[in-house]
Amino acid sequence: MKRRKFNLMLEIKNLHANVNGKEILRGINLTVRPGEVHAIMGPNGSGKSTLSSVLAGNPVFEVTEGEVTFEGKNLLDLAPEERSCEGIFLSFQYPVEIPGVSMVNFMRTAINEHRKYKKQEPISASDFLKLMREKREVVELDNKLASRSVNEGFSGGEKKRNEIFQMAMLEPKLAILDETDSGLDIDALRIVANGVNKLKSEHNATLVITHYQRLLDYIKPEFVHVLYKGKIVKSAGPELALELEEKGYDWIKKELGE
Amino acid sequence: MQEEKDILDEVTTGDYKYGFVTDIDTEIIPIGLNEDVVRLISSKKNEPQWLLDFRLKAFRYWVTLPMPEWAHLQIPEIDYQSISYYAAPRKKEGPKSLDEVDPELLKTFDKLGISLVEQMALSGMAVDAVMDSVSVKTTFKEKLAEMGVIFCSFSEAVHDYPDLVQKYLASVVPYRDNFYAALNSAVFSDGSFVYIPKGVRCPMELSTYFRINAANTGQFERTLIVADDDAYVSYLEGCTAPMRDENQLHAAIVEIIAHDRAEIKYSTVQNWYPGDKDGKGGIYNFVTKRGICKGDSSKISWTQVETGSAVTWKYPSCILQGDNSVGEFYSVAVTNNHQQADTGTKMIHLGKNTKSTIVSKGISAGFSQNSYRGLVRITKNAENARNHSQCDSLLLSDKCGAHTFPYMEINNETAIVEHEATTSKISEDQIFYCNQRGISTEDAVGLIVNGYAKEVMNKLPMEFAVEAQKLLAISLEGSVG
Ligand SMILES: Nc1ncnc2c1ncn2[C@@H]1O[C@H](COP(=O)(O)OP(=O)(O)O)[C@@H](O)[C@H]1O
Ligand SMILES: [Mg+2]
Repeated sequence: MKRRKFNLMLEIKNLHANVNGKEILRGINLTVRPGEVHAIMGPNGSGKSTLSSVLAGNPVFEVTEGEVTFEGKNLLDLAPEERSCEGIFLSFQYPVEIPGVSMVNFMRTAINEHRKYKKQEPISASDFLKLMREKREVVELDNKLASRSVNEGFSGGEKKRNEIFQMAMLEPKLAILDETDSGLDIDALRIVANGVNKLKSEHNATLVITHYQRLLDYIKPEFVHVLYKGKIVKSAGPELALELEEKGYDWIKKELGE
Repeated sequence: MQEEKDILDEVTTGDYKYGFVTDIDTEIIPIGLNEDVVRLISSKKNEPQWLLDFRLKAFRYWVTLPMPEWAHLQIPEIDYQSISYYAAPRKKEGPKSLDEVDPELLKTFDKLGISLVEQMALSGMAVDAVMDSVSVKTTFKEKLAEMGVIFCSFSEAVHDYPDLVQKYLASVVPYRDNFYAALNSAVFSDGSFVYIPKGVRCPMELSTYFRINAANTGQFERTLIVADDDAYVSYLEGCTAPMRDENQLHAAIVEIIAHDRAEIKYSTVQNWYPGDKDGKGGIYNFVTKRGICKGDSSKISWTQVETGSAVTWKYPSCILQGDNSVGEFYSVAVTNNHQQADTGTKMIHLGKNTKSTIVSKGISAGFSQNSYRGLVRITKNAENARNHSQCDSLLLSDKCGAHTFPYMEINNETAIVEHEATTSKISEDQIFYCNQRGISTEDAVGLIVNGYAKEVMNKLPMEFAVEAQKLLAISLEGSVG
């Protein structure tokens, strides 16, 4: 595998994590550099969402072993909100509804927290509304949705679109997209994928968790990893995704002697 | 996982930032309560005979009453003989202008964010500030007087407008109403008096700020608001107290009267000292608030944001006597740590086509107990009465309690009465979602709680909505995360 740059963004070494005492991640190793797109695939229950939750700092999961560095900092030392401000964004597989909290209020709070972290002044109301408008267009998010409560009463597809909208607002360095494509029809998929592509640059990186090649047709990964039973059991170029699409996971299980 | 559980369980108080004591020369009468004390209070205030007689009748009735039984409150027995019933910042001579008010006092109200001088100059809001038992200063009086609006301390009203006071005093809350109403009627110290004449829309918010300063004292204020035909007034009451280890008693009475087509909005932001995080100290807040829509098409609206007090017991109520009259009750009650709140409303429909709306939002954290208790009574002659009640509870811990007791008495079959209730929790997933976007757990709780309470907060006068929002967040500081 050819690497474009030598500076590291994310480095995961031998990461183990538990939930309720049960080991889910069992020694993950992964390195991500700026500008790269990595796809993570794997059967249901293999630990893909757990990996994204652990990277984002969800306290439900307990890291028992291993190291994670993000731009040279020990990521595991940081609170979830600090990780966000450092530039890690998670597009949730199941975005949660927060009744009563308007999208506008939610996003303005988030943006201002990010600005505070960078020792910047809070954004002015007019700049904020301009930013909202601009970023809404990236994912063609209806103004009506933006004025509702966070995810409340959104359809599955609208929730996913809203995730990418928030990503556009926060401009993360590392975006983790956890099955952002599931539940999207073809048009929505194209809009979401275009949104992600518009935000891509040589300075940021993307981890795409998906079951389907159709998303990878739009968001082209350089690296494809198979996560199985809490470990990355195979890594290759984009051709691996096509092979998995065609043959499923049984051949990998066989290779592993199962 | 355990750690995660703790996130929603762990409770500490945010510091109560109003907990300072003002060092001021205070006159306090000895503790204890008997007829002589009642006479002493009355004479200190130079009261007319009729008022002394009223106090004595109330006192003689009070001594016959047993301590009230508490439904959902646990309160150690209160020793009424260990309280002082009158405390007043010692006056040199009654202050006639702000320049003459004790500078220490002004500083106190400054610290509370109630700068009397500023209020006067800038905000266009009239403020009456009550420290311990005595009204310190009423601003804007002259300007209001031009329109015939009376806004002054209760004591002044007794001297300057005795006919009005005598006509309306105890006309909504008789001294026989309940234990604390009888006690207040016997020993009430001061409070505010408002009269809006026929056809006048009061051009500014009227506001009273209550402050208990002296130790071992009770505060028993009395507020009387009358809006004559076609009048309108919006009134706001705020309260704070110093932090003290012992409990302090606050037993107020508020009576409001709306004549034909009059409208009265009464808002409260109550932030008495709630006690420390182990439940030590704090104010016992036993308040009787009642309004009567006496005239046809009149309207009374109660809005309250209750975050303070160790124990809160209050049911701002509306008697809908006039035909087509409207009663509203919007409430947010926050309890944290060991606070207990039993609050709600009574809507008594007497007139035809009367309408009432109840929106109650309880927020409980820590080990607190938060009860909504509400009565909707439709009497026999109240044709076409309507009520809608919405009672929501939001829980922030596993150890707190939220209870809803809606009582309905419907004696007219044309009535339409609806009651909805919900209970929800702030989920760990919601908190984490906010965290992931850069929002700290505390700010996330603030966002969610304020979102939850929005419907009520929106009813507050603009100037106070922001303050009240901050107060909500502060009251729950440390209750999550
Ligand atoms: N909060 C949780 N509590 C208990 N088990 C969990 C929790 N989250 C995930 N798991 C378990 O961890 C395993 C991996 O789940 P997940 O990471 O969601 O897989 P994937 O995203 O690859 O489908 C599954 O067996 C799942 O049941
Ligand atoms: Mg998953």
